[in-house]
Amino acid sequence: MVMPQIKEAVNVPDMPQSDNAVVVRGVSKTYGEVEALRDMSLEFPRGQLTSLLGPSGCGKTTLLKIIAGLLKPNSGEIEVNGKPVKGPGPDRAFVFQDFALMPWANVLRNVAFGLELRGVATSEREAIAEKYIAEVGLAGFEKSYPHQLSGGMRQRVGLARALSVDADVLLMDEPFSAVDEQTRRKFQEDLLNLVQHENKTFIFVTHSIEEAVYVSDQIAILLPRPSRVSEIIRPTDLRHKNVDNIRRDPEYLDIVDSIWASLRSYVE
Amino acid sequence: MTLFGYRLPAMSSLLLWALVWEIVGQLDLTFFVPPLSEVLVTLTAVIGTAPFLKALSETAQAFAAGVSAAVLIGIPVGILMGKSRLIDELLLPWVNMFLSAPLTALVPVLMVLFGFGMKSIIITTTLFAIWIIILNARAGVLQINRSLVEMARSYGANPFQAFYKIYFWAALPEILGGVRIGVIRAVKGVIIGQLLISIVGFGALFELYANNFLMAHFWAVLIVLFALAFSVSEVLAYLERRVSYYAASR
Repeated sequence: MVMPQIKEAVNVPDMPQSDNAVVVRGVSKTYGEVEALRDMSLEFPRGQLTSLLGPSGCGKTTLLKIIAGLLKPNSGEIEVNGKPVKGPGPDRAFVFQDFALMPWANVLRNVAFGLELRGVATSEREAIAEKYIAEVGLAGFEKSYPHQLSGGMRQRVGLARALSVDADVLLMDEPFSAVDEQTRRKFQEDLLNLVQHENKTFIFVTHSIEEAVYVSDQIAILLPRPSRVSEIIRPTDLRHKNVDNIRRDPEYLDIVDSIWASLRSYVE
Repeated sequence: MTLFGYRLPAMSSLLLWALVWEIVGQLDLTFFVPPLSEVLVTLTAVIGTAPFLKALSETAQAFAAGVSAAVLIGIPVGILMGKSRLIDELLLPWVNMFLSAPLTALVPVLMVLFGFGMKSIIITTTLFAIWIIILNARAGVLQINRSLVEMARSYGANPFQAFYKIYFWAALPEILGGVRIGVIRAVKGVIIGQLLISIVGFGALFELYANNFLMAHFWAVLIVLFALAFSVSEVLAYLERRVSYYAASR
């Protein structure tokens, strides 16, 4: 990775409470008889990373896809930058759990695909794509095909694609669950850097408590049957810590423990 | 394959069968099987003649037109069936029925509808090839990774872009497999059309040689036809292998 590691504590200015990039109001979603989401409301502060954390079946991926405009809610509404969501839009970019790369296209074309769909000229979109390929640490792999890359590198391609369309909101659906443990830790550190440096709002679905506490400004704990937001946790001090020290910080450990205490009864 | 420790070259079974053919021919058991050497001599004599070249060009034209129509109609229809449940429910029974139907029996109807000329032959060729192309394109689309489709939608692809930037390419290995089988069926279609509708092309040559018991000529033209069909199918098989690397990772 070429992204610099943050060695010094960086103060994040407190966002005004009203400035939300994404607002979810009273959203319900049913699949036939199954109630996936009931009357869910949630706010996502601008420039921060919010995790949706919960046991499987709690509707976190459903909520993410509704925000993405890929699914229609039965009732309720979503606002992105104050505008109601009608479908997918250029203000949001999606990072997929299984990467969703086109196997017939090389890294460069995959990363530039969002711009290609918008009709950006070839030279322009490839210049932008090359910049983000270098930023995620894949310089030199522009002409490689997805099947020639490891799982971690493929997800970097997915991330570069999401960054290159320059959306305000990045929607990440368990992006690190299909990569190995060491790669995942590196990704988590890199993600903290991205949140610091790219002025974007991140919505991050995960089932890992440690991952959520490590990367998040705000953690929404979702509980299933019917799916609801049971708790919102905002780690106060972790952001100002060195990335190497977060995992042994008392606040980190306390939050991980308390989340587990509230989730354990929902795990079979 | 190895035999008694020797590595046999590819297609060595063909040499064995050529030898058997030659022996059976030399034994003069039946007029139906002249020796292979005689067939090959006839082949070289026939291949440059005007009637042969005329037959070749008539057959090639009908074949190319029929296969093109089958590909240009079949692939989009198959993709649409894979994409849309409604279109699938409407068309699938017909596709399955025509796939297994004895199409030769339809040829007289086509003659009534479209006349005795080239048009009917082309339509016969298309009818032989198109159904398997449709079914394979449909099967290819049905196994596309859902998240690839969601990716295209979330990055703003309109339905037309999704169609030719995602669905077509993701289904390409199956589509090429269907085209390859369709092309082989089209060879049957074009000859049956030429025999039944109007006696032109290779169909006319087969008719002429068989009626006059010119079996060496008959076999020579059959070998040419087989070689042409085999070449086309091998080219498509090569393309299929070129894209098979991503068939597993869609």
